[in-house]
Amino acid sequence: MIRKSIEELHKDLINKKTTSEDLVKESIKSCHDIQDSTNSFVTIIDEAECCEVTDELLSGIPFGVKDIFSTKDVLSTGSSNTLNNYVPFFDATCVSNLKKRGAVMVAKTVLDELGMGGTGTTGHTGVVHNPWDLERQTAGSSAGSAASVAAGCYPFALGSDTGDSVRKPAAYCGIVGYKPTYGMISRYGMFQFASSLDTVGVLSRSVVDAAIAVDGMKGIDPNDMTSWDSSNIHLYESLSKKVKGKKLFYIKEMCDIENYKNPSDEFKMHLENFKETIKKCESLGMSVEGINFGKELLDAVYPTYMVIYGAEASSNMANLTGISFGPRGKGSTPEEIIKDHRTRGFSPLIKRRFVIGSFVLQKENQEKFFLNAKRSRRLIVNRMNELFKEYDAMIGPVSSGPAKYLDEKKNNTPKENTVIEEILQIGNFGGFPSITIPNGFINNLPVGVNITGRVREDVDVLNIAYALEDAMDYRNQIAGGVK
Amino acid sequence: MAYKAVIGLEFHCEMKSHTKVFSNAINGYSKLSNQYVRPLDMAFPGTLPVVNKTCVRKAIEMAMILNCKIPEYMEFDRKHYFYPDLPKGYQITQFFNPVGVNGRIEIDVNGTKKEILIHDIHLEEDAASLDHYYDTSNIDYNRAGVPLLELVTEPCMYSSDEALAFLEHVKSIYQYTDISDCDTKKGEIRADVNVSIMDEDASEFGTKVEVKNVNSFDAIRQTIEYEIKRQSKLKDEGRYDEVIQETRRWDEESCTTIHMRSKADAIDYKYFTEPNIPKYKITKELLLDIRKNIPMLSHERREKYINEYNLSLYDANVLVKSKKISDYFEECIALGSDAKEACNWITTRVLGELNKSEENTIDNFFITPSMLSELIKLIKDKKITNNQGKEVFAYMLEEKLSPKEIVKKYSMEVIEDNDLINSLVDEVISENEKAITDYKNGRTNMLDYMVGQVMKKSKGKANPVSVKNLLLEKIK
Repeated sequence: MIRKSIEELHKDLINKKTTSEDLVKESIKSCHDIQDSTNSFVTIIDEAECCEVTDELLSGIPFGVKDIFSTKDVLSTGSSNTLNNYVPFFDATCVSNLKKRGAVMVAKTVLDELGMGGTGTTGHTGVVHNPWDLERQTAGSSAGSAASVAAGCYPFALGSDTGDSVRKPAAYCGIVGYKPTYGMISRYGMFQFASSLDTVGVLSRSVVDAAIAVDGMKGIDPNDMTSWDSSNIHLYESLSKKVKGKKLFYIKEMCDIENYKNPSDEFKMHLENFKETIKKCESLGMSVEGINFGKELLDAVYPTYMVIYGAEASSNMANLTGISFGPRGKGSTPEEIIKDHRTRGFSPLIKRRFVIGSFVLQKENQEKFFLNAKRSRRLIVNRMNELFKEYDAMIGPVSSGPAKYLDEKKNNTPKENTVIEEILQIGNFGGFPSITIPNGFINNLPVGVNITGRVREDVDVLNIAYALEDAMDYRNQIAGGVK
Repeated sequence: MAYKAVIGLEFHCEMKSHTKVFSNAINGYSKLSNQYVRPLDMAFPGTLPVVNKTCVRKAIEMAMILNCKIPEYMEFDRKHYFYPDLPKGYQITQFFNPVGVNGRIEIDVNGTKKEILIHDIHLEEDAASLDHYYDTSNIDYNRAGVPLLELVTEPCMYSSDEALAFLEHVKSIYQYTDISDCDTKKGEIRADVNVSIMDEDASEFGTKVEVKNVNSFDAIRQTIEYEIKRQSKLKDEGRYDEVIQETRRWDEESCTTIHMRSKADAIDYKYFTEPNIPKYKITKELLLDIRKNIPMLSHERREKYINEYNLSLYDANVLVKSKKISDYFEECIALGSDAKEACNWITTRVLGELNKSEENTIDNFFITPSMLSELIKLIKDKKITNNQGKEVFAYMLEEKLSPKEIVKKYSMEVIEDNDLINSLVDEVISENEKAITDYKNGRTNMLDYMVGQVMKKSKGKANPVSVKNLLLEKIK
């Protein structure tokens, strides 16, 4: 039952074929069922209470929440030892918006520590396994949310997306990952990582469910000055498959196989599969053109991202001192106490990123690194906006193939794949709405395609994804690999 | 030897507002710790700053008064350092684009005009306060996020007198614009004082020493004078190389400055623009609206008092020194009191009372402008004498009654017929020989008894005070 779509579940609830109580119980049980194999959860909320069913589509529907969101009275760790005992006394705005609509939070999911990292392996409770193949990564950072949605624990889960943290795990787990326009959903209560890039997103098994969930979360929030009024936007009601005449572009430098020296078989198949998806788009009446984005700009994407997010993260996470919350460090002076808390609390990856962040912000380095990164970010966004004058959206393959192995020794990702691995960060640079949907299988593992569009034109992006999803056969698929 | 001292000031002042500058906690003073705290003030994960627009307006207003250049956009920056009083690990301030730069303002230094150059003024948040005990410290977040205006001057002052005159001037502006009360007792002001000395004919500044967190005008004066003396002495002794670019602090107990850190230990604050606050356009309309609403400042009121009310410069200065006193005065005038009369009462009696104790303030002073105006009117209408007026004033404070109630209670309305009272007094004296003898032998209450007798005979119409005086005169 719980594996159905939100619309179907709502119908069943209204027709009393099931109750919210049963749904919540079933959802919690399926969370427990996959916890041993996938390690998706920091907390499964066994005492979650069902909610009254109303006309609201989300009423009575269980959902999961990435542990980067502040949830009242429920442990919220950010998958970090610096917050391993932190129980907030307030809900993130997006969570409280969903609760107001009657949705029921049943689990807090594992992430790469504080959202930093893209493997699902750095959370303080351990590695998250991909439900399609437990030896594979889910990607991250919204690892547990992606794994649990793919495994069918609930129709949707919240994620956060700073570089591709919703959209890449969605691809690896064969589901939908939607990052709306920056500011459409309030960030209040989402632990800050890189504020100018951070976006609340959702993982689901269909475009419709993603639209319903974001409708339930979005809205201007007096607690977030970067949120904006989207009351005239109704994603779910606006869904339409009429995409004839839409113009899409893809980046040739990245998508043409001849640009790679030694592509793996998987990568070749992935790009072939993408070509198939383009044909599907064309059969829907859309045009798809390859464009040259500019190699210099493409090569700048990852370093730009690294510098900006390192800088903002080192600053945003300066509140993690163990003084006002979190486990108190040992020492006889405040400095020692803070140092001890941070030294023991953060994983080595985070510490390295903080070093980069601090380095690029130092007086003597700001101009060369941080300010240049902001400039190249602007140039990249300008290039996108220039393209968006002619095209409605960008389409591209996600990553260079299916999910990578957890055992890094088995992976072979050449440096020349950096652009395609990191390209989704452009969506965060410009705050563009961006969605990943599954577009096939390679060696029995799902792969995904991404569509990114103009700021505040989320409806356009969703409709392209909706029509394309309909032309393919991967909607509502559930991972088979789970015990 | 006397050297030329060069002084620059960084003057921090806590602003008045309903809520804090980036959170909706109350911005208020409380003796109890941690009364006014919202999640952002303790930097709980996921909290975001929301700018208080009133504070932005006030900051722009001050920048205008200081004739600063105001930027096109309002922006904020983060200043990073780790300390338990700074929960976010950074302070939100304005570093790259302050609300005002390159200002200038004319002040009066003991009768001489002087122009002070303003480097910049910026809006920022205060840190939490730390209460230190024997082996522990408590963090009080009441102050965390309280709006602060920091005003930075150029090194353009040459004596403690100039520095203090400037600070008094700024304080007066803050009070008149209602930006801040500048209440030292509540810790609302703090200054970083930069002092260097140089030979009179030198063209280059000497080595700058910064003294941080000096928190009263007195201490600022002492700091400047101490530093000039300390640096001069070293220069006199040929040890000027011992004056190093450093940060010191003022020590109240020893009345000296003490080394905190040298320039080499200076912190890199790693400033960058606060990404959670979108830059905010300062429109021409907003500027116009703010300019229109700048209230009359102290020097403008002073001119008015001298020119329109014919008050002396001295009296005008006394009245405008505090905005609240000046407001009190203006309210009396609005209620119809004569300006000179009101001024006399306020500068002598009212301020006299207020000066009796630190607890007395014009806000909690019992006699309101309308009561004082009533009293002035009673005298003007010759209902009571000038001397009686002073008594009424004293009784009002003692008994918490209005002038008319006091006059009634003590039947102070003068009986014009002095002969009648005279004869009544004589009558009572002749009827009470024993009482007089007793009084002379030390039974002082006999006097009150006889006053009572006279009052009885006058059916309460006599002025008991004058009766008492008359009696005393006659029986001594």
